[in-house]
Amino acid sequence: MKIALFGNPNTGKSTIFNMLTGLRQQVGNFPGVTVDKKKGRIETAQGQHQLTDFPGTYSIFARSLDEQVVKEVLTNPQHPDYPEAIIYVADAANLERNLLFFSQLYDLGFPILLVLNMWDRAGQKGLKIQLEELQKNFPAATVVTANARIALGKERILKAIDQLSVGQRTAFHDTVFHALQTDAEQTQNSDERLQKIRGLKLVSDAKNAVVNPSTHLDRILTHRIFGYLIFSAILLIIFQFIFSFASIPMDFIDGQFVRLSSWSAAHLPDGVLSKLLTQGLIPGIAGVLVFVPQIAILFFFIALLEESGYLSRVVFIMDRLMRPFGLNGKSVVPLLSSVACAIPGIMSARTISDWKERLITILVAPFMSCSARIPVYTLLISLVIPKIYIGGFLSLQGLVLFGLYALGILFALGTALLLKLLVKSRTPGFHLMELPDYKTPRLSNVGFTVFEKVKVFIFDAGKIIVAISIILWALASYGPSSRDQALRELHQAQSYQQANEGEQQERDNALLLSQSYIGHFGKWMEPAIAPLGYDWKIGIALLSSFAAREVFVGSLATIYAVGDDTDTQKRLIQKLKEEKTDNGQATYSLATGASLLVFYVFAMQCMATLAVVKRETNTWKWPLLQLIFMGVVAYLSAFLVYQLLV
Amino acid sequence: MGLLLHMSQTLDSISLNELVEIAAIANNAIAPKLTEMGLTKGQKIKAIFKAPFGDPIAYEINGNIISMRKVEAMQVEVQMA
Repeated sequence: MKIALFGNPNTGKSTIFNMLTGLRQQVGNFPGVTVDKKKGRIETAQGQHQLTDFPGTYSIFARSLDEQVVKEVLTNPQHPDYPEAIIYVADAANLERNLLFFSQLYDLGFPILLVLNMWDRAGQKGLKIQLEELQKNFPAATVVTANARIALGKERILKAIDQLSVGQRTAFHDTVFHALQTDAEQTQNSDERLQKIRGLKLVSDAKNAVVNPSTHLDRILTHRIFGYLIFSAILLIIFQFIFSFASIPMDFIDGQFVRLSSWSAAHLPDGVLSKLLTQGLIPGIAGVLVFVPQIAILFFFIALLEESGYLSRVVFIMDRLMRPFGLNGKSVVPLLSSVACAIPGIMSARTISDWKERLITILVAPFMSCSARIPVYTLLISLVIPKIYIGGFLSLQGLVLFGLYALGILFALGTALLLKLLVKSRTPGFHLMELPDYKTPRLSNVGFTVFEKVKVFIFDAGKIIVAISIILWALASYGPSSRDQALRELHQAQSYQQANEGEQQERDNALLLSQSYIGHFGKWMEPAIAPLGYDWKIGIALLSSFAAREVFVGSLATIYAVGDDTDTQKRLIQKLKEEKTDNGQATYSLATGASLLVFYVFAMQCMATLAVVKRETNTWKWPLLQLIFMGVVAYLSAFLVYQLLV
Repeated sequence: MGLLLHMSQTLDSISLNELVEIAAIANNAIAPKLTEMGLTKGQKIKAIFKAPFGDPIAYEINGNIISMRKVEAMQVEVQMA
């Protein structure tokens, strides 16, 4: 049987889903939209059923993307996800409002199980629920109580599923309400339903109700000074983890794959296939897995904050600040996370239910300077920015680095403003939301979220990343036949024969890269990048760093034949400083260096981000537009900077 | 008397911890959403805390905390409870 799980937000619906299905979950999208669809199997005495978790909504009337999915599925029996039965999760401590959507589903005629979750909290709040009266008014529904946070009620729910039937029912209110189109009609219908539900007097308040404890905490957490201080402190901790501690597992993954690569190279017969495997495929897969620690850490914290109820307070205090830019308080986490890495940042934009605001957030996130830009920034800054201290203590190099980050943030917000005017939207973005009570986070729910995000990244975005990295590898490793000729000439040169083995290897690699297809392409486009102050060698490094920005440094090292050891950075800077153009001036002048820095602030030099944007917007249109737009901005500003400084 | 009836306030302008009663909700795109969150005529509601810059505002209604932007709260007409 196909069973659907519905309910208001913050009712513990996903806890119920996790409790019923365990790890047997599949995550995907609903057809045509990027709204999470989680499926799982459950087993009852009468057999196996498929359970689909739907986004939490307050009614069948649709405004946001989430709500449209719910409405489409419920009103179209031909829809592949049209359920045969419904489990409806209601917050027992908030019954009347929760029964609005329930009464709509009931009147649509589905066999329905009403789960009164968080039963304990209703008691704590001093609420008594008249179960008999509830049953009497919805005779065809089965009602059970549960407390999913302590795994209570699973057996009751499974047993009740087997007893579900359409049953004898008369509509609670009416049955054609989903055809109501205008705002006024929908409002009136919901209003009538709520009045009727309240009229049943299902909940009696036992006067000794405790004061809502959340309010005291909220005065501090949303305070105009402490609120921001506490949020900053939490961010600092998260960043510390993503920046510093994530590098431990990342280096480990990197190291293991390098070992795997060289092991396979040593044990496989030489040939195209073995090269494809050891130099294309294995590093490609490593390039996917290396992001996993950052994604896992970020979502661990996001899930923790969300579960606790704190995340909605962050949205509450940040909403006013983000609004002028066409963004929402919910954009804060994705944008700030992008300072570590745009990939988990963009993935976390899924919590923004308004499509326009979500799209804008996704499109501007890669302008935030991510950690992959740091190696590029530090190399170029130490190359062209003098080591001087303004007023004796303020490092100019540090100031420039700060400026680059500020530039990225400025452009992210500016572009958001531009997109706000350009992207059409059918509905104005709402803020209206519940601030749920604070709760202790459930680690198993956090674990499920982390597991699910990592899985989605590896399997959905991962295949695009592997494909593009293999293409880039092939273009950089193979070249036209003229390359062999050039290599023979190099080997005959006297200076080459006098060099030691290491130097010979370095010079081989330099020649192989510059004569490869990417190398030829870099030379071919030299006229286009000359106005930015770049020569063909920089062109090659730009092209190959599309795999990931930090590759820029490695590519330069290869081109300038400085090898691949620990003091590469020092030798590379030395070498680059000595580089002269044809007319005897330094290649890496201040103008060229500054132009490159600005280029890397703006350019979408990251195929993994493109793959994730494709996955999160469900079309190639947005990632391609983003690639072009960011490319144009990067080109124009690098041009401007170079021409001003040269 | 007639004057008093017209002296209605909207939800965005009530002071903190002042208990009021919802009198009407303006008919527009957000009205169905406000209703679904439990804001219906006759319900008691009070503002309990505000975000920095005074916007959005958190309200307590039926034991829930609901956060609304000022422009959203402006759609809700209230009277003294």
